[in-house]
This record gives sequence, C-alpha cells and structure tokens, in this order.
Amino acid sequence: MSLMLEPTSKTVKEEKLYRDMGLTDEEFTMVEEILGRTPNYTETGLFSVMWSEHCSYKNSKPVLRKFPVTGERVLQGPGEGAGIVDIGDDQAVVFKIESHNHPSAIEPYQGAATGVGGIIRDVFSMGARPIALLNSLRFGELDSPRVQYLFKEVVAGIAGYGNCIGIPTVGGEVQFDASYEGNPLVNAMCVGLIDHKDIKKGQAHGVGNTVMYVGAKTGRDGIHGATFASEELNEGSDEKRPAVQVGDPFMEKLLLEACLELIHNDALVGIQDMGAAGLTSSSAEMASKAGSGIEMNLDLIPQRETGMTAYEMMLSESQERMLIVVKKGREQEIVDLFSKYDLEAVSVGHVTDDQRLRLIHKGEVVSDVPVDALAEEAPVYHKPSKEAAYYKEFQAMETPVPNVDDYKETLLALLKQPTISSKEWVYDQYDHQVRTSTVVSPGSDAAVVRVRGTRKALAMTTDCNSRYLYLDPEVGGKIAVAEAARNIVCSGAIPLAITDCLNFGNPEKPEIFWQIEKSVDGMSEACRELSTPVIGGNVSLYNESMGTAIYPTPVVGMVGLIEDIDHITTQSFKAEGDLIYLLGETLEEFGGSELQKMTEGKIFGHAPAIDLKVELRRQMQLLEAIQEGLVASAHDLAEGGLSVALAESAFGTDGLGAEVTLAGSNPVADLFSETQSRFLITVKPEHQEAFERLVSETTLIGRVTDDAALSIKSEAEGGLINASVQELEAAWKGAIPCLLKSKA
Amino acid sequence: MKFAVIVFPGSNCDVDMYHAIKDEIGEEVEYVWHEEASLEGFDAILLPGGFSYGDYLRSGAIARFSNVMREVIKAAGEGKPVLGVCNGFQVLLESGLLPGAMRRNDHLKFICKTVPLKVETNETMFTNSYEKGDEIQIPIAHGEGNYFCDEETLKELKANNQIVFTYGGYNPNGSVADIAGITNHAGNVLGMMPHPERAMEPLLGSEDGKKLFQSIVKHWREQHVVNA
Repeated sequence: MSLMLEPTSKTVKEEKLYRDMGLTDEEFTMVEEILGRTPNYTETGLFSVMWSEHCSYKNSKPVLRKFPVTGERVLQGPGEGAGIVDIGDDQAVVFKIESHNHPSAIEPYQGAATGVGGIIRDVFSMGARPIALLNSLRFGELDSPRVQYLFKEVVAGIAGYGNCIGIPTVGGEVQFDASYEGNPLVNAMCVGLIDHKDIKKGQAHGVGNTVMYVGAKTGRDGIHGATFASEELNEGSDEKRPAVQVGDPFMEKLLLEACLELIHNDALVGIQDMGAAGLTSSSAEMASKAGSGIEMNLDLIPQRETGMTAYEMMLSESQERMLIVVKKGREQEIVDLFSKYDLEAVSVGHVTDDQRLRLIHKGEVVSDVPVDALAEEAPVYHKPSKEAAYYKEFQAMETPVPNVDDYKETLLALLKQPTISSKEWVYDQYDHQVRTSTVVSPGSDAAVVRVRGTRKALAMTTDCNSRYLYLDPEVGGKIAVAEAARNIVCSGAIPLAITDCLNFGNPEKPEIFWQIEKSVDGMSEACRELSTPVIGGNVSLYNESMGTAIYPTPVVGMVGLIEDIDHITTQSFKAEGDLIYLLGETLEEFGGSELQKMTEGKIFGHAPAIDLKVELRRQMQLLEAIQEGLVASAHDLAEGGLSVALAESAFGTDGLGAEVTLAGSNPVADLFSETQSRFLITVKPEHQEAFERLVSETTLIGRVTDDAALSIKSEAEGGLINASVQELEAAWKGAIPCLLKSKA
Repeated sequence: MKFAVIVFPGSNCDVDMYHAIKDEIGEEVEYVWHEEASLEGFDAILLPGGFSYGDYLRSGAIARFSNVMREVIKAAGEGKPVLGVCNGFQVLLESGLLPGAMRRNDHLKFICKTVPLKVETNETMFTNSYEKGDEIQIPIAHGEGNYFCDEETLKELKANNQIVFTYGGYNPNGSVADIAGITNHAGNVLGMMPHPERAMEPLLGSEDGKKLFQSIVKHWREQHVVNA
C-alpha cells in the first residue's frame, strides 16, 4: 500500500506550497505571526479557505460597509446564513442569493444543482421553511455550441435539484451577452418563511455542549471549492473539476425535513450549513460568533471514502451536511430524530472556552488555531481603484438614436432577442407550482407566492441590467435596485429589502475595483432612497476568462409584501375597453439599450439617467392606486421600451390587443427608448378619474382592444406599427427553441 | 370521511394533497408515514407526487417495498378508493395495482404546465361529478410521464372503460393513446400524472380538480347511506 505523506510545516514554507492553496507570501507570514510558529499542512489549508475572497470578503469588505443594512422590519442583517425581515403577525421572510459561477462554468449540471442546494440550506439553517426559488443566469451569445450546452445543462441542473426537493422555482431572469461567453453566471436565490419564535442562529454557545455532524457523509469532492471560486478561469480550469461538488436533492429533502423538526426541539443550541469551506467554516464561524471554541475528533466524522486526511475532511465541500450544537446529554434525542429520516447524526466534538479550533485525528492534535483568526481576522485589502478608460470615452461621446427603417420589423426583431424573448423553454422545466401557493408564475414582472392561512402574499424578483452597469456602474447600480422595486410594486407589493450577488471581474485590476466601488455606491443610494436595506448576499469576484472580465453584474434579489391577495396585479391586459396609461416621460435614451446592441452590434455612450426621488414617487403612487383597486394591469418598461411592454401585456390574453397613439416627436424613442422609471398601466374606464387624481404623471395613450392586434400610431407620423398579437407572440416564443435547434 | 396521505421519503406533494382535502373539500385527512403498518380507520388512500427515494433506480421502484404498501394493496382489495398522482401513479404501476409502465417524456425534459384534459368517463368513483367529455384544466409536472402498455392491455383498458383522462390539447409526454390517467379493472384505484390537488382554487389558476375529490366523497356517502 502506498502512503501519501503529507508535507511537513517546513516543506509548506520552504517550497511555498501555500501559494497553490491561494495564500500570498505576506498572508502566510501573518499566519505564522498569529500562531507564533509555522502552520502545518492542515492549518495552512484552514487559513487558505477561510481567507479566500469567497469566505472572508477580504477585497470587498471596505466596499460592502457602504450598504445600508438596517431597517424597521429587519430582524437579521448580513452575517448569518440568510437575512430575515418581519412581515407582521409574528411571521418573517428569510432570503438570500448566492453564486455558483465557476463550478457551473466547468460542470454546468452539478454546478447549478449544488448552487440551488446550497442556498436552500442557508435558508433552512435559520429554521425557515423554504417556499420559493429564483435564479439569475447569464450566458454568452446563444449561437455558440458551447453556450447552448452550458445553458441547457444549467437549466437542467436547477430543475433537477429544485423539482426533486419540492420547492417551486417561481421566477428569475436569463440574459445573454458575449462578455459571459467563458464565464456564465449562475445565481440562485431562496425565500423561506418563519415564525419569529423559531429563528435559529449559527452559534456554538455553552461550554461542554456537544457538536454534532448531521446529513451526508464527507467525501473528497469540492476540496478547495472556495479557493477555486476566488480565482480567474483559464485553460487549466478544467483540471479543477474535482473542486466541483455533486448534489443529491433526495438527501437534502430528508435533511430539510429533519432540520425543520429539529428546530422545535429545545436541545438545539445552534445550527449552520456546511457550505463553502465545509467543516472549517461552519465550526470556526459558529465558535467565533459565540465567543467560544470547538474541539472536534475527526476520526468520528462520517466518511464516504477511506484514508481521508484531516486536510481533506476539513476542506471537503461535500453537499447536504449541517453542523449543529446541542445541549450536553441530549444527543440521543437528536440521533433518534435523524434516524427517522435514515440520516446520521454523530457527536464529533464539544464547545470549549478557549476560542480555538482544535482538531484531533488518529490521536494527534492536527490543528490548534484561534477561531477568530480564521473567521474574522482575514486581512482586509483596500485595492487601488482607477476610473476605467472606456468610461471616459463613453462619457465624452454622444449617444445617437439608432437608425430604424421599419418599426414593425424592428419590434419583431427585438422580441426575438434572447434576452427579451419568452423564457418558457426554461421555466417549463421548473416545477413552479409545487406547494400550491404560487399565484403569479414565472414570466410576469415579479413572482407572487401566497402565505397560506393569511391574506398576505410575497412578491419576489431578481434583476440586473449589466449593460447599464458597464456603461456607468454608479447609475447602473441605482437602476438595478430601482428596477427590482418597480417589478415588486407592479405586482402590488411594497418592497421590503434586498439580497445581492455582486458578480465582478478580478478586483486586483484597478478598473474592475472601480466598477465594484461605483456600483455599490449607486446601489447603496438606491437602497436608502427606496427603503430597501441589504439583508445579506454574496460576492463573486474573479469572473474572468482568458483575461476578459464579465460586465459588472450585481444581481439584486428583492422581496416585497402584498398585504392582501386582492392587491395582486399582473402585467397582462384584462379587458377590452380598459384605458392604457404611460406613467413617466420618455427621453431619447439608447445607451446600453437592446435596440443599440441589436442595430450596432455593441453598446456605448451614456446609460439612461435615473432620479431616485422621481422613481420613489411614481412607485408609491402606483402602489396606492393598486391598493385602492384602481389598476387592472401594471408592467414596468424595461429592455426594448414601450413597444415591447405593450406586446408583452397582450401576450397570453386570448384575443386582447391595444390601440395606442403616441405624442412624442421621435417615434424611435417613443417605441424603443429605455428611459427609466416608467410603467405601462391599464385602468377600467370607471376608475379613470380616481386613478388620474392619484397618479400624477400619467398620459392616457390608448385602449385595450379585443381584436388581438397591436396598433401604434404617432400623432406626427401616423401609423407606426400594425401587427397581429399572434405574429408577435410567435416570434417572441419561438426565438430560444429556434436558436437551440440551430447548429452554429 | 377520512383520507390518508401516504408520505414516502422524498414525497413533496403531500402537503398540497393534505390542504386540498382539509381546506377545499373539508373532510378529515392525516399524513401516514411510509413505515406505518396499518391503514385502519381510513376511507380513502392518497399517494402524492414527488420523488420518493429520489426516483433512484426507477421512479416508484423503491417506494413499492415500503411497509405501508402492503396496507395500500389490502385497502385496494377491499374496494377503498386509492388515488395515486404523478409519483403516486408511478408507485401504483410498480406495485402492480395498475397495468403498464412509465417511461421518460419523449422530449426528455421535465415539463410543468397547466394542460387541458378530457374526461373520458364519468362512471367512476373519481369522476362521477364531471360530465363525460368535459375539458378540464389541470397542471402537469413530471419528467417521466410517458405511459406505456402493450396492445393487448390497451385494448382491455379501452374495453373496460379504464381510461379515465386523456390529454385534450396535445400530448405533452408521448403517452400511449394520449393516456393521462387509468383505473384498475375494479375501478377503485386511479393513477394519473396530472395534479388535481393543484387545481383547487381560482386564485392559483384553476379549480377543475375539485370535482375529482368531491366525486370520491359523493361515492362514499352514497355507499354509506345504502349500508346504513
């Protein structure tokens, strides 16, 4: 039998083995200073994962501090598995978004599946029942065979996990742009529901209490996943496939039910998911948050493979595992509870008072390090920031109105753009109805899930137009938050809070760091203005392949509260004769627009402007009108502008259409401009007066018809677009299936 | 009337089935864990959808060996109504209570959608409140709903009026003869891929599934009035 000998402390230092694990020379010296000696191989591994960007936020911390994180309703901000917001009646909503970009780039099915599994665990580790999943996906252009493969497999992976565990995937977004070609984004969000009294935390309190390991066994999969997530993708990345975990949604379903039973047992002290950095992060963080220490005997860890070393066990990211702390003497109750679900619950250690993580393996102490040094004292870097050269150019240039010859053909072409076109091909593969509470399914502005046993419902969405962020990170950051809020308000909800997933390139490049700073500035301002604090999230940096960064993509996941299910509103036209209003004026704004990308083949110039005070005023007026029962349908204007919004509102209505007359001086802007803070609203004629009194900046532009046709005229130029809804809908629905069938 | 909702490890439509009966039909209902050895006291048995045992090996293949299945088979033999939906249907096929087998959807993708179904017969304890030929809107959500049986079985199913529901608009999974739901020869065991428990409230888009459960209750009441 060959025996792999672990390198000694001396070798780790002399041959600089720590570099392969992701630590710099300076960081290794810091570890030596903290310990007062040279760390051994296992200890070096612990520091390298805990000090990775993914776990420590060492590069993003100074920026993240800018986010507003408190609010009247916030019960739990960033720092735990997921944030929590009060929704009244002693109930609360728990939610978080997280990235699984790099695993998905090289093993898309498992990468996406385990992304879903991980975010679900974050939510139920708080004691909450997961009630909905959303996702935000970015891929390269869909005509590339590699992108088609990634797209199909990521969607299948999300479906495979969510459908099996029985949590509905109710919404999300998918966008396509060349910048994501080698580095797709897979961000998964989970929303849960909890009674205030059931809220649990990941804290290891009570010296002498027992640390138990529950769920799946530990294998060698996912070792160094967190480190892998914190570097750029390159030619060698395929070799990192062992860093990708493998998911088992059936196991997680059992773990979910067992843990939700566990939270009602008063023997439970603390519980935390073994996510990124597995046993290391869960043990170190639970001890650090409680001001305690943990001692574990690694011989007792349930293992899937033979001969695992301490290093491998501590760094494994095997899925479907939790670390819990229970009152001493109550262990058997926990074992019995988990055995009902055929799950293991094993005592592996105890809580100490010395604030150290001490690991014993085969009778020897293999690690003895301060928990705070791992969990809290990673170095924080203030990376140099430099305004991007391209930004200066864009700011200096004019943003011309694209040339359009045929308005109808242009609308048809826009509806076929994968970013705009119907995502039915995607969400038909997701079970979006299980748990029988989904009121508004995927495809509307926001998904709506009712809270069973009450009149309340929750609206939820993910949003980010990264083109605007690329052109102008600060303005784009504001728009990302504002657009999410717009979607939430259109569904009849008051926005509560956001979770964010900050996807950017390599922060060591000053121009990328500048993008991060500016985006967060813009988002923070919008969060303050719109009263939607950040209650948690995730940072995913180093999203670059072959040296090229993705567009800055800070995805916003927002949840809103609908106070009465009667307020639930969708974007679809409701009845012939309803009045069509446009809320907000339209300017000639085409920088980063779908029309610009389509006609010019690239984006440039100025992002659309946004005034957050105007945004908030319009949102609140619309929400009040909805709550007063004056609104039949509401839709926010986004990619493709008014013409696309009109078409989308007619789709799926079985024969409704619209007759609209526009008063603007430039039809191209009227139809396709992406000016912000605008809404398309329909109102029953009997509510005209009351609606106009309440919502001040609206223009009556037409009526809903029953001829299944879209007829758009301009006061100046006469007929602009005359098209049957069927023709438009066929183009919109057929685009993605058609692209997937084509061979590039 | 008292319904049992069988819960296998991995069942995930058990909650939906429970609330359909309790909140929308207003009858008694209880969850029954798969290890239970008795179904004494229950008047109807519901096998919910989900992924029992993760669908590992073959959907429904492991669940059929659960303790409770002996009792389900016994109840079926006694003529009690047994309804299996989606994964529940797959379990009924695997346990031999219904003829035929399930294959992966012909397009090889999971599909979740509300689809039109045709009520082929109202002469069953599950459909007596519908009219024959009714078109109803019921959601489907499955990756393996492509029903298959041989020619001879199909002939028998037709001859005995055992085909209860067919896909009305288009065939979403490749099932033989557009079959969406069948009963056993005696007519008291129904397996169907579509989810009637998801079509109980207008708020969620359709209440066309309600009559199925009302039919079961109506049949049971008639039996009990006669027997009393």
